[in-house]
Amino acid sequence: MTILVIAEHSNDHLSDATAKTVSAATKIGGDIHVLVAGSGASAVAGQAAKIAGVAKVLHADDDHYAKQLAEPMAELILSLAGDYDVLMAPAGTDGKNYMPRVAAKLDVMQISDIIAVESADTFQRPIYAGNAIATVQSSDAKKVITVRGTAFEAPAMDGSASVETIGAADFPSISEFVKEELTKSDRPELQGAKIVISGGRALASGENFEKYIYPVADKLGAAVGASRAAVDAGYVPNDMQVGQTGKVVAPELYIAVGISGAIQHLAGMKDSKVIVAINKDEEAPIFQVADYGLVADLFEAMPELEKAL
Amino acid sequence: MKVLVPVKRVIDYNVKVRVKPDQSDVDLANVKMSMNPFDEIAVEEAVRMKEAGTVEEVIAVSIGPEKAQDQLRQALAMGADRAILIETTETVEPLSVAKLLAKVCEEENPDLVVMGKQAIDDDCNQTGQMLAALMGWPQGTFASAVTKEGDKLHVTREVDGGLQTIALTLPAVVTTDLRLNEPRYASLPNIMKAKKKPLDKKSPSDYGVEIIARLKTLKVTEPPKREAGIKVESVADLVEKLKNEAGVL
Repeated sequence: MTILVIAEHSNDHLSDATAKTVSAATKIGGDIHVLVAGSGASAVAGQAAKIAGVAKVLHADDDHYAKQLAEPMAELILSLAGDYDVLMAPAGTDGKNYMPRVAAKLDVMQISDIIAVESADTFQRPIYAGNAIATVQSSDAKKVITVRGTAFEAPAMDGSASVETIGAADFPSISEFVKEELTKSDRPELQGAKIVISGGRALASGENFEKYIYPVADKLGAAVGASRAAVDAGYVPNDMQVGQTGKVVAPELYIAVGISGAIQHLAGMKDSKVIVAINKDEEAPIFQVADYGLVADLFEAMPELEKAL
Repeated sequence: MKVLVPVKRVIDYNVKVRVKPDQSDVDLANVKMSMNPFDEIAVEEAVRMKEAGTVEEVIAVSIGPEKAQDQLRQALAMGADRAILIETTETVEPLSVAKLLAKVCEEENPDLVVMGKQAIDDDCNQTGQMLAALMGWPQGTFASAVTKEGDKLHVTREVDGGLQTIALTLPAVVTTDLRLNEPRYASLPNIMKAKKKPLDKKSPSDYGVEIIARLKTLKVTEPPKREAGIKVESVADLVEKLKNEAGVL
């Protein structure tokens, strides 16, 4: 069995989810290679070579891969697919974008967002917003899989795989990058953070996130998330949304502030180790999953919490 | 432009999903079914493009049971011009759906396909990308804004780091994210009018596509339950518990 893991990265930093995808690949077993396609991404290739269990890193460097658009990425992965039994990528917005494109061209039914490997052809994946877990067996000869990183342990970073430079594939001239507005933050990334503190609709404004959530986050070294309601209301940007259709997180400590606990939100955080809920409505569903619940007005409790830390 | 909008009949998003005792599937007997919420956003976007004059015709298509007509009628009531139902009682995986939609695209020659980024039942998030691949078209997934700029389509995408805007040649596939728009409620007169709009019925064999499942569901189980913990009395109490009991601070 030979497995290709497609790296998720920002051209200078490899995502934690990529390493965790290698963990999932290790559970399938076989030779594991990592593809790093980017622009000026040799540092990333170096990071990938350190992931324990990786035998070889393939590094394709070209301006066309700078933003990892689906069309050129799919062409590149397809040009390599013949040598592999399994193609895997983290189920982030990059992997979700190009992997089904690869699968369709290979005439394979992709297995999305797996949370466990039962055997080389059988996997568990959440369905219905995580309200049920399906165990599925694939009959495709080649497997195309996306992996929910939070469900797998981070591997050791003591490997020393070789890095092989490979050429670019064809570039379909049907899509081009125009611009991006990336959220700049000195706080940790949501998906890798040990502590996450999220705010909901009860915050009532973006200013209140600044005033009540961020100071506590900074004291704890925590990442900041939000419920869909808070994002839809425009209090914070979309990339902060925790939930089934946003980001799935599983930190050591998750603090939900002024979040009622819609199923959609719970699907994104219920695998956290310890959950704290602060909400003034004692009937809020969030308390049913919280290890520690505090029934209180967040506008009083948060400044108090900041002082107590 | 001509726009194709695929819609899926799924369990209503307000329904609490229950796993069957024999672990064969979730229980769908007598539960409310609706249009996949992301597909509603897709219909709305297509209709708004028509209202803005960039689109002449909006065609809704669904692959599913006879009752998926209800969802197509809803799309028609929201403003789609006509509908196609590809009727099947089998479970159709995203790959087969994409193959069927590709055949519809070959027949209808749309300039744009707008569809939900994922269905809230199987949560696969694949069909749009697969359709784009089969057609050799570009894709703009997880869209939060779509604008026509000359002969290109600009799509702003919700990505992990923020927002990304890409330019696509047409024809193209766009998949919708939550913040693209807020779908309208169909008015009663429009619901009545929708009953008279054309709805073609087809079968997968009309398109020469054989529905073969590649994934076999061995079982469906409840996720591990989280027990509710305790209520603390004060912030001080909370901090003490997090430090000394949970050991996470």
